[in-house]
This record gives sequence, C-alpha cells and structure tokens, in this order.
Amino acid sequence: MLSFRAKLPALVTITLTTVAAIGIMLVAISWTGVISFTKTQLIPRYEFVGFTQYVRLFDTERFHVAFSNLFIYGGCFISITLAFGFLLAIMIDQRIRAESLFRTIFLYPLSMSFIVTGLAWQWFMNPTLGLQKFVRDLGFADFSFDWLINPDKAIYAIVIAAVWQSSGLVMAILLAGLRGIDRDIWKATAIDGIPAWRTYLSIVLPMLRPMVMTCVVLLAMAVVKAYDLVVALTRGGPGNASDLPAKFVIDLTFERANIGMASAAAVMLLMTTIAVVAPYVAYSFHKLRR
Amino acid sequence: MNSKIIGRIGIYAFLAVSTAFFLIPVYIMVTTSLKGMPEIREGNIFALPLDPNFSAWFKAWSSACIGMACDGIRGGFGNSLKIMVPSVILSVALSSLNGYALALWNVRRAELMLGLLMAGAFIPYQVLLYPLVIMTRTLGIYGTLPGIIAIHVLFGLPVLTLIFRNFYASLPTEIMKAARVDGAGFMQIYWRIMLPMSPSILVVAVILQVTGIWNDYLLGLIFAGRDNLPMTAQLNNLVNSTFGEKEYNVNMAATILTAATPLLVYLASGRYFVRGITSGAVKG
Repeated sequence: MLSFRAKLPALVTITLTTVAAIGIMLVAISWTGVISFTKTQLIPRYEFVGFTQYVRLFDTERFHVAFSNLFIYGGCFISITLAFGFLLAIMIDQRIRAESLFRTIFLYPLSMSFIVTGLAWQWFMNPTLGLQKFVRDLGFADFSFDWLINPDKAIYAIVIAAVWQSSGLVMAILLAGLRGIDRDIWKATAIDGIPAWRTYLSIVLPMLRPMVMTCVVLLAMAVVKAYDLVVALTRGGPGNASDLPAKFVIDLTFERANIGMASAAAVMLLMTTIAVVAPYVAYSFHKLRR
Repeated sequence: MNSKIIGRIGIYAFLAVSTAFFLIPVYIMVTTSLKGMPEIREGNIFALPLDPNFSAWFKAWSSACIGMACDGIRGGFGNSLKIMVPSVILSVALSSLNGYALALWNVRRAELMLGLLMAGAFIPYQVLLYPLVIMTRTLGIYGTLPGIIAIHVLFGLPVLTLIFRNFYASLPTEIMKAARVDGAGFMQIYWRIMLPMSPSILVVAVILQVTGIWNDYLLGLIFAGRDNLPMTAQLNNLVNSTFGEKEYNVNMAATILTAATPLLVYLASGRYFVRGITSGAVKG
C-alpha cells in the first residue's frame, strides 16, 4: 500500500492540473448560468430578473433562425458525412491500387483550419467568380449556383464545406473497423447468395456500431462548436440566414454587449449538448470503470 | 467475369470523383494564386495560369494590407508560433504528468475526475468564454501572450490527460511495483521509466496540439489581444474585410500560407495525426 508521503507529489500534481481545470470550468459554467438570470449587458450587474433574459431570447427572431439552423445543419452534415465516409471506407477496402494515396487525399482537409476551409469554398461557390460563372461562360446562361447569397440555401453551402472537411475522419475510423472484421463473413454470405450491398448494410454496419457511435459524437461536437466555418464562409449571411447558436452567442457577447441574453443562449446550447452527448459519456465512463 | 470488371470500373470511378471533390478547392487556390488580377477577371476559375508567377505570394507574405497595417501575413505567422510553441510544451508536459498521476498512483476519486474531464472535453466554449474573460482580466493577462497560452493549456488539458491516462493505464502494473520496491519516487519513476516508454503517445499529443492550436481562430481572437492575433485571425481579416477590389490571388496565396503548417505536419505524420484526432473519443 502506498503511504501518504509517497503519494503526495501525485496529489499535488492532480490538484494543480485536473482539479484546477475542472474547478475553473465548473465556476465558469455556473457563472454563465448566474449571469443569464441578471440584467447584465456590457458589464456584470448582479440584479436578478428571473427568466426575463430567456423570455427575451425566445422572442428574438435571430435565436430561432440560429437554433433551427443548428438542427438542419446538424442533421444534413452528420447524415451525409457518415454515408459518404462509410462509402469511401468501403471503396478503399476493395484491395485497390494506390490505397495510401487516396487515403491521404481524403483525410488532408481534416488538418486544415475551419477558416481555411471556409475561404477555400467561398471562392468556388462565389457566383461571380466560381462555378456559376464558369458554367455560364460555357454557354449555359441560365445555370445558377448561388447558395452563398441565397437566404434559403446558405446553410447548405456550409454543409458542403463541412462534409468536405470531415468525411475523411469517418472514413479513417470506419476503415479501421472494416479491417477488424472477420473475412469469413464474406465467404458465408457468398455461399448464401447475399449481395454485397446487403451484407454491408445488414451485417457489417451493425458490427461497426461502436465506431459509428464515435463518429456521430465527434461530428455532433463539431456541429455544436461550428463558429469559424460560418464566419469564414458566409459571416452568418445573407442577413442572419446561415446563423448558428455558437456564432449567435459570440456576437451578442463581444459585439452587441448583450451578455445577459448571450448567457441565456449559451445555457440553451449547453443543454442541447448535454442531451446529445450525455448517453455517450455515461456509456464510456461505464466502460472505463470495468 | 464481366460484372467483376464493371465493378472495378465503378469503384475507381467513385474514387476519382471523390478525389476531384477533395482537391477542387486546393486546385483553385493554387492556380489562382499564381495568376495576375486581369487574368482572374477575364478567365475562368479552373483554367491553368498562362504566366505563373509568385508575386501574389510575396505580397501576401510581406506587403498586403490588413486594416491599417501593410505588412502582409508574416506577423500572424510569428504570432501563431509564439502562441503555439509554449502552449504545446506546457499542455503536453502538464497533461502527461497528470495522466501518469491519475493512472498509476491509486488516487481516490480518480474515476470521478476522469468522468468530469471527459465531460469537460465536450463543453461548448461559448458557455465558458465570458467568465474566462473576466477571470483573465482580473489576473491581468487578458489580451496578452501569457493569457492566450493559459487558455490553450486549459482547453487542451482534458483530452490530452485522457490520452495519457489511457496509455499509462495500459502498461503492465509490475513496472510500477518494481520501481516502487527499488525506492523510486513520483518524479523519478516519471522521468526515468515512464517518459522513455512514451515517445509514440507524446508524438500523438504534440501533433494534436500543434494542429489544433495553429488552426484555432476563436480563442486567439478573444484572448490574444490586438498585437498577438494568430495567423488564422489575420487571414480572415485580410480576406473578409478588404475594401475596394478583392485581390483574389493575394487572398488565396495567404490562405495557402496559413494552411501550410498543419498540412506539412499532417503529411509528415499521417498515422499519428489520425490517432490523435480519434483517440480522445475512441478510447475514452
């Protein structure tokens, strides 16, 4: 058994790092919670006003746009990235030539800043510079690809850029999963005459469930944190059409000096995050204990 | 036999189209950055440059105007280095020590702390930012280099600690027992036994932090202060707020220059890079 004296350096280390970090985060979260119930605008004013900030928040048009965009963006981004990434993994797993070259190409966007990704796609999707101009110059005068400046489509422009950035991640995780599956499954299904696509969908996919879970959580976290990409690609525009909660909170805090309401929105964002990842954290924590 | 050939053609066709999708933005940026402005205005965005030259790159690096200053993006490069190097060293050193203490020293409530750290890795920054601004301002480090470094260390700690803790927890317990019997203490075991066993996990952690901190935009914008704005923030200012005619070639050259550092890290270290990105969530 370790004596207290021997353990002391470990305890000091943990106090100065883990405990301090957890402490700071808990204090900061509670602080934001408290501020959301006060009149605070530019500087903290601890005059409690109950749920007034939340009521104001729910009366704010831009908040509704941002939160409904969160679900449109999250739903499209996660489902497309999962499907595309899974397809890429399957294709790469077909004993192809130059496998590592393809893998490198599919993964490199992951190393880039969301700012870079946003700007890179901004030019391709810019109607007067990019694809629309190119196709029109070819002679198709009616061709239109104006998602960046179209309020109904701008959020989908962000989906495209985000899929580009993240599909490689899904591919890498699921490819590792595919490589771990017993090859005899393919002999068995071939004997039974089951087509390959059916085998992937009904047999392989369920076997990859833990990896798919991991992907969903990583992608969901990217959705909740999505700020830089919006700033670089659309700046939330046109108008507020492609706004997301993360950007809404930052703008209200640092540009509009409306910190009470920003805190209320941040609390709503935290609640959404908890609803999404709590089951996953509980599950991994359970696994950790064993 | 025929259907098999058709199948192979289908696979390669899919891979080719996907490759085009992944390479289009970079192709556009590289070719456009090598063109002059008249050629960009008149030609099409997919055309190869007629007279490729690097003048836009030099301008982006050292003389493009960001706001009032016309020193290009090189200042941002220096700032990003000044932020990144100490942040990476500090966060990796603290997290490895922390992970080692949590994994091998039978500390009470270690599981609870790990659970909270894991939750910490998932908290959206937005809930923490304003109180952190007040805290750093109280300490007098808001808008300074030490301020942004402290913030990066704080946000890096949860994931890195989990990575190191899982690594040290997977080592055979006999190593610790033997070292303890020989009378080695906490730091001695860390320096002489644990660190020499962990080069691969150190590489994973360093790569994760180098790319993560280099690519950060939001934290640098808020906590680094005007004089220390990282390269990503200066790039966004350059591209998204220039007045007058947009110099697309300069903007794209600046974008490539900003992306170059993490891209080179990725190309030099592919396997470790992927492990870092996934390990926080996969193994946790």
